Amino acid sequence: MGKHVLVIEDEPNIIEAISFILSRDGWRVDSHSNGHDAVEVVLAKAPDLVILDVMLPGRSGYEILTDLRARPETARLPVLMLTARGQSKDRELAERLGASRFMTKPFSNADVLEALRELVPA
Amino acid sequence: MTATLNLLVAVCLGYVAFLFLVAFAAERAALRGQGGWLRSPLVYTLSLSIYCTAWTFYGAVGYAARSGLEFLTIYLGPTLVMIGWWWGLRKLVRIGRTQRVTSVADLISSRYGKSTLLAVFVTLIAVIGTTPYIALQLQSVTASFASIAQADPNAAPLEDTRQIALSVAVGLALFTILFGTRNLDANERHHGVVMAIAVEAVVKLFALMAVGVFVVWGIGGGPAQTLARIDASQMGQWQVDGMRWGGLTFLSAAAFLTLPRMFQVLVVENEDEQHLRTASWAFPLYLLLISLFVVPIAVVGLEIMPAGSNPDQFVLTVPLAQGQDTLAMLSFLGGFSSATSMVIVAAIALATMVSNHIVMPIWLNLTGGGAVMSGDVRNVVITARRLSIAGVLALGYVYYQMSGGGAALAAIGLVSFAGVAQFLPALLGGILWRGATRAGALAGLSTGFVLWVWCMLLPSFGADVVIPGTVLAEGPWGMGWLRPQALFGIAGLDPTVHAVLWSMLFNTGGFVIASLLTFPSPLERLQGAQFVNVFQHSARPQNWAGGTAQSEDLIVMAQRILGPAQAQALFQDEAQRQGLAGYLPEPTPDFLARLERELSGSVGAATAHAMVGQIMGAATVSVEDLLAVADETAQMMEYSSQLETKSEELARTARQLRAANEKLTQISVQKDAFLSQISHELRTPMTSIRAFSEILRDGGGLGSQAQSKYAGIIHDEAIRLTRLLDDLLDLSVLENGQVNLNIRTGILSAVIDHAVAATGAGHGLLKLHRRRADEEVTLETDLDRLAQVFINLIANAQKYCDAAEPELTIAVQARDGRLLVDFIDNGPGIPRQVQSVVFEKFSRVSDQKAGGAGLGLAICREIMARLDGTIAYLPGQSGAAFRVTLPLSQRMAAQ
Repeated sequence: MGKHVLVIEDEPNIIEAISFILSRDGWRVDSHSNGHDAVEVVLAKAPDLVILDVMLPGRSGYEILTDLRARPETARLPVLMLTARGQSKDRELAERLGASRFMTKPFSNADVLEALRELVPA
Repeated sequence: MTATLNLLVAVCLGYVAFLFLVAFAAERAALRGQGGWLRSPLVYTLSLSIYCTAWTFYGAVGYAARSGLEFLTIYLGPTLVMIGWWWGLRKLVRIGRTQRVTSVADLISSRYGKSTLLAVFVTLIAVIGTTPYIALQLQSVTASFASIAQADPNAAPLEDTRQIALSVAVGLALFTILFGTRNLDANERHHGVVMAIAVEAVVKLFALMAVGVFVVWGIGGGPAQTLARIDASQMGQWQVDGMRWGGLTFLSAAAFLTLPRMFQVLVVENEDEQHLRTASWAFPLYLLLISLFVVPIAVVGLEIMPAGSNPDQFVLTVPLAQGQDTLAMLSFLGGFSSATSMVIVAAIALATMVSNHIVMPIWLNLTGGGAVMSGDVRNVVITARRLSIAGVLALGYVYYQMSGGGAALAAIGLVSFAGVAQFLPALLGGILWRGATRAGALAGLSTGFVLWVWCMLLPSFGADVVIPGTVLAEGPWGMGWLRPQALFGIAGLDPTVHAVLWSMLFNTGGFVIASLLTFPSPLERLQGAQFVNVFQHSARPQNWAGGTAQSEDLIVMAQRILGPAQAQALFQDEAQRQGLAGYLPEPTPDFLARLERELSGSVGAATAHAMVGQIMGAATVSVEDLLAVADETAQMMEYSSQLETKSEELARTARQLRAANEKLTQISVQKDAFLSQISHELRTPMTSIRAFSEILRDGGGLGSQAQSKYAGIIHDEAIRLTRLLDDLLDLSVLENGQVNLNIRTGILSAVIDHAVAATGAGHGLLKLHRRRADEEVTLETDLDRLAQVFINLIANAQKYCDAAEPELTIAVQARDGRLLVDFIDNGPGIPRQVQSVVFEKFSRVSDQKAGGAGLGLAICREIMARLDGTIAYLPGQSGAAFRVTLPLSQRMAAQ
């Protein structure tokens, strides 16, 4: 059984694309599409890694990340942040808040897979 | 020992030196503040004795020898005034002090609105009226010299008595200049001089009483025998002429108040009102004592002196004839004292008037000098005083020369009395009657003066000296009714009574009538109130009644501080309140308090109080100084208000800059947010496109179904990108106002039809409700742009209305010249908190992704603004509701 990844993203097409790529690579993929209850979903599903979009309906990815880092059970959980806003200050903010990795959209599928393998060694 | 002329001169010089020392000591004491004894009521009373001049000393005996007891009238007048009119004197003194009056001319001028004309006129009358009097003193001193010199058989006969008169005049001028103009006192007080004349008063009283005692006990053989001699003399047979007695008593009473020298000692030199209380009994006592031996001396003199002796010199010649040289010398000193004290004070008083009211105004006019009291001006004032003193004495000497020195002393004295008595109506009227006016004072004074000159002064020189004897006897140009001593044909009156009667009658009449006929100026009214009500005014707790014309000064000051409009409004309002509308208000305590409050708003309470106090109180700072301060303050205030205005402007500019900056910052933030938004909106579809295209490229066992699905996603996202770019460009064009409108005429229903067709709403889930009849409205607008708006609204309903059976109602109505098109669906509507932002770029209402970039409504708003219409959210409907408003074209309105 592969590693468990949770994709929190509101664009259905992007979820579909990521799901396809990761499944093909042997990951078990779950997805969630709004920010309101994202932290609870993470806690409930206890994934090995989270791919987190920044602009989510309800709560922003930054807020969710902050909450996750504040909780002992998720403080060290690998989080890959994805954002469509490619400014350097977004990257800085994400790193300061404790994102494990930060990637801007659009991304290369290979890059995502590589990053995931680094974050969660098999 | 026989008194020689040289000894006489030495005695005179020694006596003058003694007086000089007395005066000097008094001045020093006053300067050191040790002059308490200088201000005793006794000194004041004694100084009043300058009323008793050489005329009294020598002339009274002569008067008694010629006319019996009539000489008493000269003492009766002042006695009646001192005892019977104490209240009036006190009022006069109070006015003099509160108004800081420097002379009788100043008082009258000040009372009648500070009239320069009146001041000059009164000064001239005073000079003309006093000149004979000064001549009289010169004459009596000269005569006394001659009497003593002639008594010396060894002495050469006196060649030229005029030489003596000249020396005396020059000597007196020097003494007066030395002591009368040593310094300039704002109140014109002269402690040294007053002390000297008090000493002289003692000397002359002592001398006359010594002679009297010698006559009664040394010659007459005791009081009883002397009385018997008096009974036996002609004295008992003199008929008392009631009219003359009354007239002369009145005249001496009037002169007591109006003589410039009397006014000087009575009012100007007065240190304390309370001194009047003592003087009111002490001065009559002095007069009684000095007149006690007049009759005995006259009677004894007539008895023992050879026939034809001048009775005016009995005081001197009787002791001489009896070989009493020392007594004669004492008597001479008494006479000398009488003459010198009178001349000194009269000269000071006249010099004050002449320099203050004639010389200084002319000098200030010539030099154009303002009211600046510099040392330079002080020198001018002192020089003017000195020249005036010399001039007054020169005039007296000239009169003495002209009158030949022959006329009886008493006659000359009466001429002077009647002259200055002309001031009486204006003076008394001024302090008793508020209705008295400047015109009245001028009218009374001028008519009285003319009549006095015509009926008394000119005839006093004797026939053919100034006016020909024929005029005296028959009137000018034979007009008998104008005869100087029988005006209007009323002959048979005593010439003195005649002149006094007519001049005073016309003077008073003119004064009253002209006062009634004319209206006082505001300043006259104000001054009138100050003078007549001096006790009420000066009894105020804060003692604010000093200075002249305070209200005028106050308004001038207030104008400089508050500005003319505000100050005038304040004064007018106060005058209205006091019932003096149109005049200056009276400076009542209430008003002063109010003024202070107003002023303190500008200059602070302490300064305001000080300023008002300075004007109202006994000021040590001149009004001019104050006004200078006020001017400076006003300038500073103006400057500071300019600064304030400037700093306000700067603050406003700063505010505007700050606002602009904030706006720029906001715009910058908005721009950043917009770019960020655009980036997000562009990157999102591109992410899908890239991810799926990479999946397709990599191949790797992808089913054909998946392949076509992913290709479909790529296609849709590409279209989404294109639409987004189209919207952005569209919005940019609309916002920049670069859009070209294609205005056409069409029917509303057709536009809606087009929009419905474009969205495919007619065939989908959404059910449309329309009333076609309402839609048959002709429009004249850009039909394509309007359709774009409708398409947006219908598409939104399609996207967001999640009712089980979604419906959209399109309602059309015309109202107030505008066309309203409402789009109302039956969905959940838009939450209240986001209703206000739905038209902003990139605003999304729901969390659900509906594919739009959030630019549709923003574009709609821009389009409607270009079409002179509006689009707004309609709250309170069943679902989401938007109202599009369009102007009805003129043509449509006509339908």
